[in-house]
Amino acid sequence: MYSNMVTLQTLDTVFYEAQRQGRISFYVTSIGEEAINIASAAALTSDDIVFPQYREPGVLLWRGFTLQEFANQCFGNKADYGKGRQMPIHYGSNKLNYFTVSSTIATQIPHAVGAAYSLKMDKKDACAVTYFGDGGTSEGDFHAAMNFAAVTESPVIFICRNNGWAISTPTSDQFRSDGIAVRGQAYGVRSIRVDGNDALAMYSAVRSARQMAVNEHRPILIEAVTYRVGHHSTSDDSTKYRPADEIEWWRMARDPVTRFRKWIEINGWWGSEAESQLRSSIRSQLLHAIQIAERAEKPPVNDLFTDVYDNIPSNLREQEKLLKETINRHPKDYPADVPI
Amino acid sequence: MGFRNIIGRRLGLGLVRRRKPFSTATCDGDGNGNAKSINLYSAINQALHIALETDNRAFVFGEDVSFGGVFRCTTGLADRFGKARVFNTPLCEQGIVGFGIGLAAMGNRAIAEIQFADYIYPAFDQIVNEAAKFRYRSGNQFNCGGLTIRAPYGAVGHGGHYHSQSPEAFFCHVPGIKVVIPRSPRQAKGLLLSCIRDPNPVVFFEPKWLYRLAVEEVPEHDYMLPLSEAEVIRQGSDITLVGWGAQLSVMEQACNEAEKDGISCELIDLKTLLPWDKETVEASVRKTGRVLISHEAPVTGGFGAEISASIVERCFLRLEAPVARVCGLDTPFPLVFEPFYMPTKNKILDAIKATVNY
Repeated sequence: MYSNMVTLQTLDTVFYEAQRQGRISFYVTSIGEEAINIASAAALTSDDIVFPQYREPGVLLWRGFTLQEFANQCFGNKADYGKGRQMPIHYGSNKLNYFTVSSTIATQIPHAVGAAYSLKMDKKDACAVTYFGDGGTSEGDFHAAMNFAAVTESPVIFICRNNGWAISTPTSDQFRSDGIAVRGQAYGVRSIRVDGNDALAMYSAVRSARQMAVNEHRPILIEAVTYRVGHHSTSDDSTKYRPADEIEWWRMARDPVTRFRKWIEINGWWGSEAESQLRSSIRSQLLHAIQIAERAEKPPVNDLFTDVYDNIPSNLREQEKLLKETINRHPKDYPADVPI
Repeated sequence: MGFRNIIGRRLGLGLVRRRKPFSTATCDGDGNGNAKSINLYSAINQALHIALETDNRAFVFGEDVSFGGVFRCTTGLADRFGKARVFNTPLCEQGIVGFGIGLAAMGNRAIAEIQFADYIYPAFDQIVNEAAKFRYRSGNQFNCGGLTIRAPYGAVGHGGHYHSQSPEAFFCHVPGIKVVIPRSPRQAKGLLLSCIRDPNPVVFFEPKWLYRLAVEEVPEHDYMLPLSEAEVIRQGSDITLVGWGAQLSVMEQACNEAEKDGISCELIDLKTLLPWDKETVEASVRKTGRVLISHEAPVTGGFGAEISASIVERCFLRLEAPVARVCGLDTPFPLVFEPFYMPTKNKILDAIKATVNY
């Protein structure tokens, strides 16, 4: 668990830098939420179906998504499973049971309920898990999903990362309820509030939740209290709406990675040499992955037209033909790195 | 595209699909076998029974579907297939569709009912931003092709603002979904089965006016009708009329009267509005040189505008007259004023004559 947390932290640092250098267009960090990401993933099985928001790449990482695969999606190259169609950090992997990220908030939550119902019908030893932030719980889809989950008795775990902020909106402007856990109760869903920065507590809560969900066919809500140390995204400067010393305090004094490291060090399983080795190794792997991803070809323009439907309909064939003619006439209007 | 292709086409998460093979799928519904005279809601009911019987991973859900539904389309399903497969949902359209997307994404056939098309809008985000983009945004790693959303639409004589709407145009602007509208019981059964089995999310609007009113011989067996293929339901040479759903019977009456005045009308049922069959309409307009489109939905921004623009693009020099649209007025659907709002037979007839005499 610890090395994955460090990897996530390093991944975020390196990719954030890459965006600042103009190498990728956009990035979203999960700084401060490494325990939620990794510990929850560790408590699940690979058969559990994940419906993320966008601040949970650690779950993918835990399941085996490689640094190269992360880089490929961020660069939108030919090896990106998403075929270059979406912004960076919109990862997805059917092999790893991690549904593709979409920018829309909370829309994934009812999907998880439908998927959980399917698992129940198939009598699978698996549950659906969905993640969202404090802001996401204001969306109608959250309420719809909680209610449906309770009524359909579906094995779904709702994990709310209450990190205190929805871009610039603090939770006091988001709701006046006693956090998120009470909302679950209101819908008849068993709920728990956990310290999201305590990796062991997260692990324990998700493990119990999973057991209840799968064995009793019921939804569970976990409110993981944490803090969004990073900015909302690379398009945000959070010092504009919150004090820099507040951010620093959470970054240093409440860092979940440091906290977990202290515990494993005390137990004699880790040391500072292992630490520096791990960090430098990951950093160089990441830089290498970025280099490769950057140099790789983009997907062909034909992938603009595929997968809208299972087959390409005639109107799209026609548009593709016309577009190719236009490209021939005005090649300078188009990026050179997208093969025609 | 052949129907048998539809069977193998669905990509899911690699879960095993236990499905019985479909019976002879290529007939268009008036082939051999028994046929009974039934109405539209019974035809739809038959299609749903067949869908659930031939695929044990098919589900029907929505408000009030358990007891048979407010229009009786789901009668008998819960008793026959059990409440795990046919069940009421809470009163929440965004939940119905969101849940349906999740169910479909796991390889199931999720047949969701929205009680009236007038109430589909809370689900619009899930349909447009999620269902329609599910396959594309994932690079085809995931899809929710097993999702079919059924909703009664259209005028019913006394429905007013919220029981009469025709919202098809909103959905025709969304790449990634299909929009299908049947004109009759036999069409509805075959088209609905195709929609359910199509590997793309589909919105299926059922003309509620016809639920009891339209009665037709409908074959009892399992059959499918092709999507994205328009049908010329009446041959003619002077003018092409294009429509869908309940409006076609109004247009047919207008065609009959026009014939008495020596005007030969060709009438086309579009059936699938997205993706629509431009080729059939174009071929007809090349023959007649004139086209008239009619729909209940308000004229401005209605789907007739798309058909008109496409036909003008393709057939400009062939056209003898401007493209005519006889549609609903640009108002909310009124109660007392419904007869004034509607695109009636006489409005259509007047437009046919004006177009032919242009």
